[in-house]
Amino acid sequence: MYDIQGYIEAESVSDAVALLASNPRLKIIAGGTDVLIKLRHGQMEGAELLSIRKIKELERIEQLADGTIVIGALATFAQIFHEPIIHNNIPALAEAAVSMGGPQIRNVATIGGNICNGATSADSASTLFALDARLRLRSSAGERVVPVQEFYLGPGKVDLKPDEMLSEFLISPAGFRGFGGHYIKFAMRKAMDIATLGVSVMCKISGDVFREVKIGLGVAGPTPLRCVEAEEFAKGKAIYAETLAGIGRLAVKSTNARTSWRASREYREHLVEELTQRALHVAIVRAGGAEIG
Amino acid sequence: MAKKISFTLNGKAVNFEVDVRESLLDVLRYRLGYTGVKKGCGVGECGACTVLVDGMTVDSCIYLAVWADGREIRTIEGIAQDGELSVVQQAFVEEGAVQCGFCTPGLVLTTTALLESGREYTREELKRELSGHFCRCTGYKNILKAAEKSLEAGKRQCEE
Ligand SMILES: Cc1cc2nc3c(=O)[nH]c(=O)nc-3n(C[C@H](O)[C@H](O)[C@H](O)COP(=O)(O)OP(=O)(O)OC[C@H]3O[C@@H](n4cnc5c(N)ncnc54)[C@H](O)[C@@H]3O)c2cc1C
Ligand code: FES
Ligand code: FES
Repeated sequence: MYDIQGYIEAESVSDAVALLASNPRLKIIAGGTDVLIKLRHGQMEGAELLSIRKIKELERIEQLADGTIVIGALATFAQIFHEPIIHNNIPALAEAAVSMGGPQIRNVATIGGNICNGATSADSASTLFALDARLRLRSSAGERVVPVQEFYLGPGKVDLKPDEMLSEFLISPAGFRGFGGHYIKFAMRKAMDIATLGVSVMCKISGDVFREVKIGLGVAGPTPLRCVEAEEFAKGKAIYAETLAGIGRLAVKSTNARTSWRASREYREHLVEELTQRALHVAIVRAGGAEIG
Repeated sequence: MAKKISFTLNGKAVNFEVDVRESLLDVLRYRLGYTGVKKGCGVGECGACTVLVDGMTVDSCIYLAVWADGREIRTIEGIAQDGELSVVQQAFVEEGAVQCGFCTPGLVLTTTALLESGREYTREELKRELSGHFCRCTGYKNILKAAEKSLEAGKRQCEE
C-alpha cells in the first residue's frame, strides 16, 4: 500500500485552492506518475493528497479567437498527441508528447504534472520554453501568469507557492505563428526512457535568411533553458550549413550540463551542438524553407 | 481510510470498499482474485499490470483504486466470451507470441484497445504502441506479428 495519510478530491478549481489555503501540507496529485513513484520509493512519506483529477475544465485544449492556444494542466500526453489544434499549430509539442514514457503512461500523465515536477528532463519543457509559454497559477487570493522560463527555480524546484496550483498553459500566437518547429529526444532506448538530451527549436525565415530562431534544451543544465547567444547570432543570417554549425557551437555556451550515469558532460555538449543543427534542418523545411544539402 | 466505490468489472457491477492507499492492482489481484493482472515492477515500467479503464490502457500498479469509481474496468479474465478466445487471443496463440505468459495479459489488452480504436497502424506505430510492455522471453517479433494479425482479423470482421 502507498504511504498516504489523507486523500481529498477537489470538485472545482475554487474548491481546490480553498482546500490548499486551509491546509498548506496538501500535495496535489494529477496523473500520479511522479507522485506515486516517489511514494513507492520512500521519497515522500505520509502524504496528504489533494486530487484535482475530477476538475473537467482543466482537461481542455482550445484555441481562443486571438489565436492563443490554451492547454489545461490536466491534459494528458495521449490527448495532446491526438489533438488537431496541437498538430496543426505546434507539431513539436505533439512530438514531445509522444516521445514521453510509453502508451500507458501517456494515457495518464499530465502536462501540468510534467512541468510542476520541476525535472530538467521533462519532455514537454524544452518545447514550452521555445514557445515562450506562460503558466496561469491560481490561489484563493487570485491568479498570476508566469513565463515558463521564470517558473523553474532549480532542480526539482518551481515557483509554486504552497497555496497555488497550475490551471493552464497559455501559448500566444507570437510564440508559434509563422514558425516551423521540431523536437528531438535523445535517449538510450526508443521508448520508456528518460532523455539524455531534449532539443526543441522554432524558426521563422524570410527568403533565405533566419528572421528568428528559438532553441529550448532539456538536461543541458539543472533546469530546462534557452540558448540566447545562439538565437541572437542566428538573426538575419543566411540559411546555410556554416550558419547552422555556428548556431550549434554557440548553443553549447548557454548550457551547464553535468556528468551523470547516463552521459558525460562532454557527450551532452556534443549532442547539443549536433542535435540543434539536426532539429533546425527539419524546422527550416516546416517553416517553408528549402532543405539544406 | 476506507472508501466505497462502484465500478463495472468485466461487464458486472461491483460495489466495493477500498482503502485510499491501495492501487487498483492491489484490489483486483489480491482482494478480488483477478490473478490475470500481473505484478511485475510496481512502478509503471513493465506493463504486466495493464488493465483497460473506459477502454484505455493503464498500468494498474500506479493507478489508485479509488480512481476506478464510476468507471468500466476490463481485465484479461473478461476478454474471452463464452469460452471462445477473442480475435486477439487467437492471434497470440497462432503466432507463438506466448512463452512464459507473464507479459501476455497486458499485451492482449493493449492490442484489444488498438483493435477497438478502429485506427490503422503502420508497423513502426504498432511497435510504439506496444512499447509499454516488457517481455523477457519472446524477443517481441512474434508479439508484433500477433498484433498485426489481430488488427487484420479485426478489420475483416468489421467488413463482413
Ligand atoms: C514509467 C515512467 C516513465 C516516464 N517517462 C517519462 C518520460 O519519458 N519523459 C518525461 O518527461 N517524464 C516521464 N515520466 C515522469 C512523469 O510521467 C511525468 O513527469 C508526468 O508528466 C507527470 O504528470 P502526472 O500528472 O502524472 O503528475 P503527478 O505525479 O500527479 O504530479 C507531479 C508533480 O506535479 C505537481 N502537480 C501536478 N499537477 C499540478 C497542478 N495542476 N498544479 C500544481 N502542481 C501540480 C504534483 O504535486 C507533483 O509534485 C515517467 C514516469 C514513469 C512512471
Ligand atoms: S507492475 Fe505495473 S507496470 Fe510493472
Ligand atoms: S512470454 Fe515471458 S515475459 Fe513475455
